[in-house]
Amino acid sequence: MYVVRRWSVRHARGLQSFYNGFEWVMVMLHPLWKRIGYERLEKPVAMIEKLSKGFLFDCQMCGQCALSSTGMACSMNCPKNLRNGPCGGVRANGNCEVEPEMRCVWVEAFEGSERMVGGDKAIRVVQIAVDRRLEGKSSWLKVAREKGAAVEAALEKL
Amino acid sequence: MKFEDEPVPGYPLPIMPGHSSPGRLERILRSGTFAVTTELDPPDSADPQDVFRRARIFDGYVDAINATDGSGANCHMSSVAVCSLLARMGYAIVMQISCRDKNRIAIQGDILGGAAMGVCNILCLTGDGVQSGDHPQAKPVFDLDCMSLLEMARDMRENHRFQSGRKITYAPRVFLGAAANPFALPFEWRADRLAKKVAAGAQFVQTQYCYDVPRLRSYMQRVEDLGLLGKVYILVGVGPLRSAKAAEWMRSNVPGIHIPDDVIKRMSGAEKPALEGRQVCIDIINEIREIKGVAGIHVMAYRQEETVAEIIQKSGVLAGREPWHPRRDTTPVQFEKEAQ
Repeated sequence: MYVVRRWSVRHARGLQSFYNGFEWVMVMLHPLWKRIGYERLEKPVAMIEKLSKGFLFDCQMCGQCALSSTGMACSMNCPKNLRNGPCGGVRANGNCEVEPEMRCVWVEAFEGSERMVGGDKAIRVVQIAVDRRLEGKSSWLKVAREKGAAVEAALEKL
Repeated sequence: MKFEDEPVPGYPLPIMPGHSSPGRLERILRSGTFAVTTELDPPDSADPQDVFRRARIFDGYVDAINATDGSGANCHMSSVAVCSLLARMGYAIVMQISCRDKNRIAIQGDILGGAAMGVCNILCLTGDGVQSGDHPQAKPVFDLDCMSLLEMARDMRENHRFQSGRKITYAPRVFLGAAANPFALPFEWRADRLAKKVAAGAQFVQTQYCYDVPRLRSYMQRVEDLGLLGKVYILVGVGPLRSAKAAEWMRSNVPGIHIPDDVIKRMSGAEKPALEGRQVCIDIINEIREIKGVAGIHVMAYRQEETVAEIIQKSGVLAGREPWHPRRDTTPVQFEKEAQ
């Protein structure tokens, strides 16, 4: 929902803190996820992710979430799917060139990023091309699996 | 300016040390010469003569010609085809690639194909949305954005591989460009966006129409503060307005174009609006060429391309030099013979 989406950008800082805690829990539970099986978890977790992030951010389930780098404004809501900043067509009132009634996702993103810790740095990092195979998949599980594996590898070294 | 190693027209120049491409535009920019580029209005026709005719009117006035890729989301002859026709004549072409109509498989194919046909410069664009063109019912692709397109093209050139990792046996030697709009919201972030484009591989940028010089100045200041001068050549977009009414229309209907009130006032007070429009353009050129970090101008005169030569001549930006064109280094008789 548009109203909720804009609320989320205004509360980017709080959502960031919440997500950081949530991500930590997800990563710490990596051994458990592994035992249950990531493939088996994919469908139910993706559904929960879609419902919650869909409500908060109008999440499009690209499967490679960049909200932490985009001021909690989902850049896949940009009609051009821009993941690296606004196009040149932003209207004088800050609205989208394609959808005149909608605020430019990237104008929102910059506002949100300024509220976040380290957000202004994160938004300046170039986001690589989207992997379309991940569409509809859970981004949380992807993070848990990747970071969990990294933690495991680090522990093994000790 | 005439290069000592000028090849037979249609063949590439030798690539100089530290250069990415065998093209004229890169040489001009790297030599510190004030560059002039323009845009060809691609024909709605399959006649190659229509392309040659449209290019000929710029002969002797520009260092490179942009071949647009369905600009404004309108259908025209493709940018690859226009490039192919003109590059074999020897013209320096900037091939525009927009992410709107093609996915990464098609785009990478075009980059290889374009470079094979003599394209030395590629401008990576996101592209206008389909709603602004003549086929609003079309499917917008946007598989990549301009930033990931830049990165992919640079990787093809530097690391000789497709995005998949598969090897390219002969890499595309291309000078990579991007677009910039210092005149759209959010202003304070526009230079940062340029920094991102430079990080992704942009070596030159062509900006949106500039009618607001003070805003360009503050943008350039920010560009300098970010340490981008020397890392990217900035060509500022300019163009003549036809009348106050046309300016008003552009301002409210073409996304991303910002025209301040005093420019419109100057236009509406003029006896001959078209003439005044060209004068406004010349005055802006003379102001921006003094700004630190401006490497050249990109003259866009949509549907009034015949005014480009006059504007460039009157502004004096070429400082007496004659950019390459098919008849420059041959006597007229020789040229006629070759043409036959």
